[in-house]
Amino acid sequence: MSKSEFELTWQELEPGCIVTEPGNAVSYKTGDWRSQRPTYKFERCIKCGVCQLFCPEGCIKKNEDGCFEADLYHCKGCGICATECPAYVITMEDEA
Amino acid sequence: MAKRVGIESSIAVADTVKMCDVDVVAAYPITPQTHIVEHIADLVANGELDAEYIPVESEHSAMSACLGSSAAGARTFTATASQGLELMHEVLYVASGMRLPIVMAVANRAVSAPLSIWGDHSDVMSCRDTGWIQVFVENGQEAVDMTICSFKIAEDPSVLLPFMINLDGFHLSHVIEPIIFPEEEEVKAFLPNFDYKYRLTPDHPVAMGDFATPPLFTEARWAHHMALVNSQKKIVEVWNEFEQKFGRGYKPVETYKTEGAETLLFTMGSFSETAMTAVDQMREQGKNVGLVRLRLWRPFPFEEIYEAVKGAKTLIVLDRALSTGGPAGPVASEIKAGLYNKEVKPKVVSIIGGIGGRDIHDYDFINIVEHGEALAKTSDIAPYEIYGVRG
Repeated sequence: MSKSEFELTWQELEPGCIVTEPGNAVSYKTGDWRSQRPTYKFERCIKCGVCQLFCPEGCIKKNEDGCFEADLYHCKGCGICATECPAYVITMEDEA
Repeated sequence: MAKRVGIESSIAVADTVKMCDVDVVAAYPITPQTHIVEHIADLVANGELDAEYIPVESEHSAMSACLGSSAAGARTFTATASQGLELMHEVLYVASGMRLPIVMAVANRAVSAPLSIWGDHSDVMSCRDTGWIQVFVENGQEAVDMTICSFKIAEDPSVLLPFMINLDGFHLSHVIEPIIFPEEEEVKAFLPNFDYKYRLTPDHPVAMGDFATPPLFTEARWAHHMALVNSQKKIVEVWNEFEQKFGRGYKPVETYKTEGAETLLFTMGSFSETAMTAVDQMREQGKNVGLVRLRLWRPFPFEEIYEAVKGAKTLIVLDRALSTGGPAGPVASEIKAGLYNKEVKPKVVSIIGGIGGRDIHDYDFINIVEHGEALAKTSDIAPYEIYGVRG
């Protein structure tokens, strides 16, 4: 999509809103659904990747230090990672 | 050479579907649509029609299967009626919202309860806002001709909308009449192949029927509305082209003996032919009565309707469906809404009749006109009655 969903006019939509660009759901910002965000004490992280396996959004990736961290553009703040983390690295905190 | 054949309208529609070389038919039988899909199933089983016939387990599945086949670029047909149309209801919106040019014949029938297998328009009136092109046909010939035109209109790249052909259950679906069949080659020459730009294919992946967020939904809905409104141009163009090729012309709104008429009857579907007979009789008696017949129900051709009715004093609209608890019949309500801001307009009388298979004879139409004229003169409130109800 060359334009964002806030700019497209009705004349510019494909018939039936067909999506012609594969994988463009990645641009959909689900991060603004969040009421709580994950915060990290990375010094406790054992780099097991359990949080990544359980994340239903698939938004957790390894950061530069090899620790696992959520991408906040997509993270919906469900808190499953915080519940599953065996090393208690993650704490959910209210969004401001 | 075209052939004139004595044939039941339902069988004629099925034979026409064959001439249109459809690729997929997914349907579930329901009275009074049964003969259409039964005969198509025969044609496929006998090898006369090279198509996939999907005998689904419900109408919801029928329309869902049609979504898939149409999305894959296959010319797709189905038919239903009454409860079957209601069971399809939610999928009807999906077909039109996804802009899939499925063609469906509806043999109009009443809706339960109480159970009635007989004809009226209450099934399709609940589908008014589903975003389909909708026409009502008057006779078997028109059912055949509309079927041919419907694929050409629906599949046109400027249209891409599903097309519903309403033919009155029993009064039309089960009537045997002489019908002129064009040659299959003529039909094939008239109908281009369905070449859907976005069809589902691994070579060019697309996603269909995705969701629209609040910032997009309004634009998506308006685009659908405008596509339906703008389809009228193509509908008229194809009907004109059909007339040039086959000699039978159709218009969104037809008139009959309306010149100088003070009172106009307004009808849809097969009862229009009876109304014409009644108008003939009333004209012979010197009454200034004419008839307006609506063929195109969606998109609603209000400007053409206004041109046809503006000169009359009284407009008596016959609805074959009851908008329960509403202010008037569904068709009368829309006409009244359209007329409201016009300076020059007839008084509209809304009459409900011919529901659940009850006949309206020529003498009934004469009664309706006489009673309607009296109502229009005496009533301050919007005249709205049901014809022939006991008690």
